[in-house]
Order: sequence, then C-alpha cells, then structure tokens
Amino acid sequence: MEEVILSLKGIEKSFGEGDVLACIDLDVRKGEFVTLLGSSGCGKTTTLRIIAGLETPDAGRVVLNGQDVTDLSPERRNVNTVFQNYALFPHMNVEKNVAYGLRVRGVSKAETRERVAQMLRLVQMENFAKRMPSQLSGGQRQRIAIARALCCNPALLLLDEPLGALDLQLRRQMQVELKRLQEKLGITFIYITHDQEEALGMSDRIAVMRDGRFEQIGTPQDIFERPATRYVAQFIGQSTLLDAQVESAADGVATLSCPDGQMRVSLARGALRPGEEATVCVRNERMRASASPVEGFTLAGTVNLNRYAAGALMTHVTLPSGLDVAAVAAGGLEDAPAVGSRAYLYWDPAQASVVGGASHVRG
Amino acid sequence: MSGGKGAKMAGGRGTRLFIVPMAMVAVLFVAIPLCYVLVISFMTRGDNSTVQAIFTAENYRRLLDPNYARVFLNSMLLALWTTLLALLLGYPFGYCMARANRRWRALLMLLVIVPFWTNALVRLYGWKILLQANGPVNTVLRALGLIDQPLRMLGSYGSVLLAMVYCLIPFMILPCHSAVDKMDWSCVEAARDLGAKPWYAFLTVTLPLTLPGISAGCVLVFVPSLGLFFVSDLMGGSLMLVGNLIRDQLLKSRDWPFGAALSMLLMAVTVLIFGLYRRSGGKDLGVF
Repeated sequence: MEEVILSLKGIEKSFGEGDVLACIDLDVRKGEFVTLLGSSGCGKTTTLRIIAGLETPDAGRVVLNGQDVTDLSPERRNVNTVFQNYALFPHMNVEKNVAYGLRVRGVSKAETRERVAQMLRLVQMENFAKRMPSQLSGGQRQRIAIARALCCNPALLLLDEPLGALDLQLRRQMQVELKRLQEKLGITFIYITHDQEEALGMSDRIAVMRDGRFEQIGTPQDIFERPATRYVAQFIGQSTLLDAQVESAADGVATLSCPDGQMRVSLARGALRPGEEATVCVRNERMRASASPVEGFTLAGTVNLNRYAAGALMTHVTLPSGLDVAAVAAGGLEDAPAVGSRAYLYWDPAQASVVGGASHVRG
Repeated sequence: MSGGKGAKMAGGRGTRLFIVPMAMVAVLFVAIPLCYVLVISFMTRGDNSTVQAIFTAENYRRLLDPNYARVFLNSMLLALWTTLLALLLGYPFGYCMARANRRWRALLMLLVIVPFWTNALVRLYGWKILLQANGPVNTVLRALGLIDQPLRMLGSYGSVLLAMVYCLIPFMILPCHSAVDKMDWSCVEAARDLGAKPWYAFLTVTLPLTLPGISAGCVLVFVPSLGLFFVSDLMGGSLMLVGNLIRDQLLKSRDWPFGAALSMLLMAVTVLIFGLYRRSGGKDLGVF
C-alpha cells in the first residue's frame, strides 16, 4: 500500500486571468481512494484534467508509476476518466461504448466481448448491452461510464463529480457501490466532489482545495476532527468557531476565555499554552445548550429558535457578542430551554478541536 | 423558450388566424405560379411563341431525348463536384471556426457573411477580372517567372467549379460549424482518454456526431447548384446545363410548354433529394 502511484509536483496553471492552480503537490499511493474536495471554481477539475492529460500545466511535473508523463497526450497515459456529464458516445450502444478503449487498442473480438460482458456484470448492467445511451436513466449512464473507464484496466481512475447529477437516494446508493467496487478491484481512485458528506464517507484521504491550493490533506477523521484552517473547519460540517485566549492548561484540560465567556478544550486536541490565541471549533451536533450552567463553561445567551432536526432539537442561542450558535438541547426534546430564556453552552472538552493547533498529514 | 411557450399557449384559433396571411402569401407567390407552370407544361406550343390550350404529354415525352439527358447529367455532375469541393473546404473551415477562440470565431464568421452584402453577380465579375488573361493572377505568376504565356483560366471547367464553390460554400460552412459547435466536446476528450489518437477520435466520434451538419450542408449546396447556370455562363464555361436549357426554351426558342416541362423535372429532382434527406433522418432546414 505504500507504493506511490501518482505524484503531482509543484503544478501551476492559469487561464488568462489569475491562477487556477498555485503549486499543487500530492502523492497518491497505490489502491488509495483520494478525494479532492472543494467548492466550485477551486481548481479541482483542472487538477484532474492535468492528471488525465487533457490540460497541460504551466509548471510542475506529473509522475505516474515512476514515469514523468507531464508531456504525454491523454491516449498515452494509463489513466481513465469518468466525466462529470458521463460523455457517453451518443451514437454507439452500451456495448460499443464500453468496448471503445479495447477497440482502439486492437484487442481481438472474442476477447473484447468477454471483457465487455465482465464489465457490464460488474456494474450490473448486463441486460442493457444493446441499449443506446439516450435510452438509459442517469444512474444507468453513470454505471456505463464507469464500466467504460474501467474496461482498459487503468492504473488510476479519475472521477469528476460522478454522482453530481443523481438524486439524493441514488447518490447514497452509488456512493456505497463505488466504494465497494474500488475496494474489490483495488484500483486507485481520484475522486472529485463538492459534497463533504460524500468525501468523508468514501475516501481514504481527502485533500480540501480552495483557490487553487490544498488547505489540508488528511484522512476523513483528520479533516473532521482536526481541521487545519478556519476554511476547512467551516467547509466540513457545520460548526461554531470561537476565537479565544488560553488562560490556563492543567490536568489535560485547557481553559480558554473569549468576550462571551469561558470554555474548556482537552489538551489532547492541541498543545495550548497559557497566553496563546486559539480558535476553538465545535461541531453543531457536539455543542450542547442547557438551561443551567455547566462547570468550566460560562458561555451564555438567549434562545432565539428551537427547531427539530433529525432526532434532536436544535436550539439556536444568541451570545452577547451577537454570534448565533446552533446547539443540541441538552435536556432532550421535552426539556429544551424555551425561546427567549437563558441558555448555557457547553461541550465535551475532548470533542472540540483547535483549528490549526493539531498536527495534520501533509501530502 | 418563453416565446415558444407563448405561441403554444396561444394555440387553437389564435394560431390559425395568424397563419392566414402567411398562407395567402404562399398561395400567391408559390402555389399559383407553380400550378401555372404545371398547367403550361401540358399545353401545346402555338405560333409566334404563344401557348395553345390543347392538352398534350408531348413535352414530357421529349424529355426522354438523350441530348436532354446529357444536359441533366452535366448539371448533376457539376452539382456533385461543387458539393464535394465545398464539403472538403467548408467542413475544415466550419470546424476551425467552432474550435477557435471568441475573437477568431467572430472574424471568421464575418469572412463568411460579408460576401452576402454584395450581389453574387458583381462578385463573379470580380473573379472574372482576377482570372482573365491579363488579370492579377496571370500578372503575378508571370512576374514570378512561373509561366511564360498567360494561363487561359476563364472558360475552363475548373474556373466554373471555382466560382460555383465560391458562391455556395457559406451554405456548407454554416451547418458544419453549427454541428461542431453543438457537439459535446467531452465525447472527444473521452475518446482520447480511452486511448484514441486525435485522428482516430475524429473518425469515430467527431465525424459521426457532426454528420447531420454535413448532410444538411450537402443538400443546401447541391440543390442550388443544380440551378445556378449563370455562373457557368459568366465564367465562359460554355457548359449546357438544365438552367441554360430552360432559359433558352423560355427566352430564345419561345417554347414555353417545353420549358415548363423541364422546370417540372428539375423540381421533381429537387423534391426527391429533399425527400431522401428527410427520410434519412435529416433535420428540418426550414425549406421543406
């Protein structure tokens, strides 16, 4: 698993005005599922197109299986792509679409037939071989696009928001299927999405991108529990960020204070020294709102809204500084602080994170 | 989008009322003259270039004369060559135009459209001047020492073909351009991604996907070139084409019934071509 299959070294790219990519470095190991996560326009598709050879970088090298492929055209790289809009050939039926890569390589008819059948079985589309792409639903086209890209046994499969056009139910189902497929075949996946839930649920590692740079590269747990930057903390999930100063650090717990009050964070989440400035990040689902004060916490405000959210009651509290914080009502559905009443915010010190305070995996 | 919806909503009586003036124009300028020609084609030629209202199929029987068949063949061959050359030149032009950046595309589009601002006849006189014995082309070739005697270009089949292609190539370029422009380019990228070299990707993906544009362009060039007889006359081609024949019957021999029969035959050929085009799945060109 340690063998590096793809290295991006100092990739830069600009299209006329402004940089699209500014110095991208990434090593992908064999068999890994790596997700490039970011909002639209962050450069993730450009990165993918550079790996595929559909775009040439202005600077930097692309090394695939130890070979520098930066200047090789797409047909000479052992990399295949599942395009965002699937890009199935509309004038060929499913079978011919899937067989295209083999036909290009001059593989014999018998071998092609066998391989195509195998691929269609893999994506459970064996009964659709003679259909035209226009006769397929979005999810079916998706499967064919995957079968076509996998047919030539690529060293690396690139997927550009492959589930973006599907409805939520189907997307969830396909997420699981894709993940299973990837583990079964052991092929390295580089996956693009703007959906953080998808990224967290499927990836071995996530590279969070912003404005043509990587903000953080790490395992889903790293990204979720130890966001390296404010941007990552805000992009992944919903959370509250509090800028505070460390007052004391003892017995594994640091006490911090901000204009709205005091709070506690476990020292395991970051080396905090008294006097330091730190940004504390608490996930909404880990933030608690209680009608009575909790030891170590003096963050208090006024309840402005109670709303039901998937099994819990979310209480929105306005702090004196004006910050609106969403928290789970500690007393459960029945015993929530009423709107207009005073609520105290707290959390398990071990479940808050310090932004940029923890060590995180690079490259 | 909203316009189409509005028209649909108007539907029924509103739409029918709207059609009345159009139908009247069509009847007045298309149906009546056409019927007139059809009727005349079944009449007998009288003395002093008059038409006598005596029914006969003689005019159509005369069309079977091998001499006239040869004239039709001339026209067909010229139209075929014109279409082929226009395709070979027009497709790459339209392709490049569709793939060019915005500034280039605007410039190329202008180059295609500007000639329409001047009368075709006037532009053909321009070609005549260019190609004549003491014209710029011969002068340059002689100055370069490539030839001793001026080339006799006017009057050759090549010069007629050149002028035909020149007149009709925009009708090839525009549909080809629009077909390449509308094609989903990611299909070509997918082909390259799957290992196809550029030329192979073109043959297996781009070409089949832009075939509707090609066939539309071919019909739009072939059909008018059947009738463009004045180009050959102007370039001194001395080719006998269907158009010449019809003109001569109407204006020189004053045999209107036979001229009308010739016109109906040409019309039938055109209708046949459009029919084949539509049946093969060609899109509506707004002419049929």
